[in-house]
Amino acid sequence: MNYPDTALVADTQLPALQVVIPLLSAPLCALARNRRAAYAITLLASWSALVIAVLLLLRVHAHGTISYALGGWAPPWGIEYRIDYLNAFVLVLLSSIGAIVAAYAPASVDSEIPRDRQPLFYCAYMLCLTGVLGIAATGDAFNVFVFLEVAALSSYILISLGKSRKALNAAYQYLVMGTIGSTFILIGIGFLYMMTGTLNMVDLAERLAPVRTTRPVLTAFAFFTVGVSIKMALFPLHLWLPNAYTRAPSVVTAFIASTGTKVAVYIMIRFIFTVYGVQFAFASTPVAAALISLSLLGIFFASTAAIFQRNVKRMLAYSSIAQIGYMVLGISFVSVNGLTGGIVHLFNHALMKGALFLAVGCVMLRMKRTKLEEFRGLGYRMPVTMFAFTIAGLSMIGVPMTVGFVSKWYLILAALEKGWWPVAALILLSSLLAVVYIWRVIEVAYFQKPPEDAPPVTEAPLSMLIPLCVLTAATIYFGIFTGATAGIAHRAAEMLMAGGVH
Amino acid sequence: MSHLFSHYNYWIVIVLMMTGFYTVISRGNMVKKLIGLNIFQTSVFLLFITMGKIKGGTAPIVMAGKEDVVYSNPIPHVLILTAIVVGVSTTALGLALVVRIKEAYGTVEEDEVQAEDIRR
Repeated sequence: MNYPDTALVADTQLPALQVVIPLLSAPLCALARNRRAAYAITLLASWSALVIAVLLLLRVHAHGTISYALGGWAPPWGIEYRIDYLNAFVLVLLSSIGAIVAAYAPASVDSEIPRDRQPLFYCAYMLCLTGVLGIAATGDAFNVFVFLEVAALSSYILISLGKSRKALNAAYQYLVMGTIGSTFILIGIGFLYMMTGTLNMVDLAERLAPVRTTRPVLTAFAFFTVGVSIKMALFPLHLWLPNAYTRAPSVVTAFIASTGTKVAVYIMIRFIFTVYGVQFAFASTPVAAALISLSLLGIFFASTAAIFQRNVKRMLAYSSIAQIGYMVLGISFVSVNGLTGGIVHLFNHALMKGALFLAVGCVMLRMKRTKLEEFRGLGYRMPVTMFAFTIAGLSMIGVPMTVGFVSKWYLILAALEKGWWPVAALILLSSLLAVVYIWRVIEVAYFQKPPEDAPPVTEAPLSMLIPLCVLTAATIYFGIFTGATAGIAHRAAEMLMAGGVH
Repeated sequence: MSHLFSHYNYWIVIVLMMTGFYTVISRGNMVKKLIGLNIFQTSVFLLFITMGKIKGGTAPIVMAGKEDVVYSNPIPHVLILTAIVVGVSTTALGLALVVRIKEAYGTVEEDEVQAEDIRR
């Protein structure tokens, strides 16, 4: 009997391994019962997920879209994993955040989560990673819902692990809102199935064509849009987010802020462009106009709210709501440049917000709190951390040579292309608000003296500084060499505008 | 009129959905909110099951020698089995959180918990 070459088998099974490796590592972490063993498993699994994601992206680049029939059941009957430029790119983003945050975790987790709960923390972390990777990999509408719930349930657990009892209430509120959101998505999927009898996204796209204007399909679209807007915390459905991000442990905030809402934006892009088709979704319904006004309102409301926060973590949480606005704005421009801006901002924002939250995690480790007063004089007492914070903060503002500039460049380009001068002006104006809230922290850190009785503070350990610096360096690197990110985002945008199926 | 009643299963779905949703929004008691959430989810299960039913359809088991049998669509049932598991775990996690909140705050009323949060 001839055994197939193992390397070849591994190669063809990549889409499944992407999800299966983190999934299997989760129960192993729980069974390990030893925090070091659980950490080793987490680190190994998350870095292998990153390697697989990069391999997948390279394969898509070389050979085009990958279709993988799970369990050998041919699509559209079986579950299909379909990897094209868009989700290969999203997979690389999600798994690199997962890997970097995992590398950063141990010191921060030791100080914020009791030892006996740490294996379970790593278990929930890996489940959350499984969920977000699964959402991005799958080409099956119902499978999206299942992975959405895997990611959501594990993130409720992760948030409730926060030190103060306020974390419990934040997790509960998020659970209620999150469940309403995903049940709305389930209703949407149900109506689509009712009209087409299929769940495969590509098959859905074909079979929806003749029934597009029927009422169930419109209802499905409405439920779906609202559900996914709750999930991504689009203004005014963002109320769960500030508390959840503020009360969660630092590691969790950094991870969820850079993956959870991003993956919801991905689902929105996927359903609008691939399943419904941009012609239907934006031409025959007023959704685009609604999304543009809500995202602009959200950008201004949340940036202004960020300015008045005294807790730096909460300030960054409000800033996240504003940044979701930019992504949705990019999507609803319905042009290649706008969509490129939206997709590239999805990537860029994950990098910079990840770096900012990791820096805040270092401060949390040393100061035990993240109030603005705690940052007094930190620029000289924790120089590396605050330097990284400053760079990522500049990127948040959109200073040239950083990733933030690249995204805003595409968004403004798309606005001007359409002749929407006021929108372009508003995008620029909103950057000024970002200047204000980032500057407040930098001013306190560099131009205020620490209080006389402040205990001596040392820099965070290297195990935390290295991942922080890697993410910060990435915000500069991808700001200068835009070929990789903006290039891929552009190809994905062209594919989506052309119908999203090939 | 007959049109109204021939789709009574959908009416049940709508009534359940709105009952659950209203309970989630209007109640301040965290346990009641979860019960509302559960009813809301159950209505969606019914919506799926109801679309799988075919008049005169039987369980989809292929029998030798019988070819003109009408089968119900089994796929919604399978989907909802998964969704029920999701619903059960959501409820379990939510109740676990409520137990922890009761231990930490001494109450499960939303406004009292919020008042405590603001006080400190």
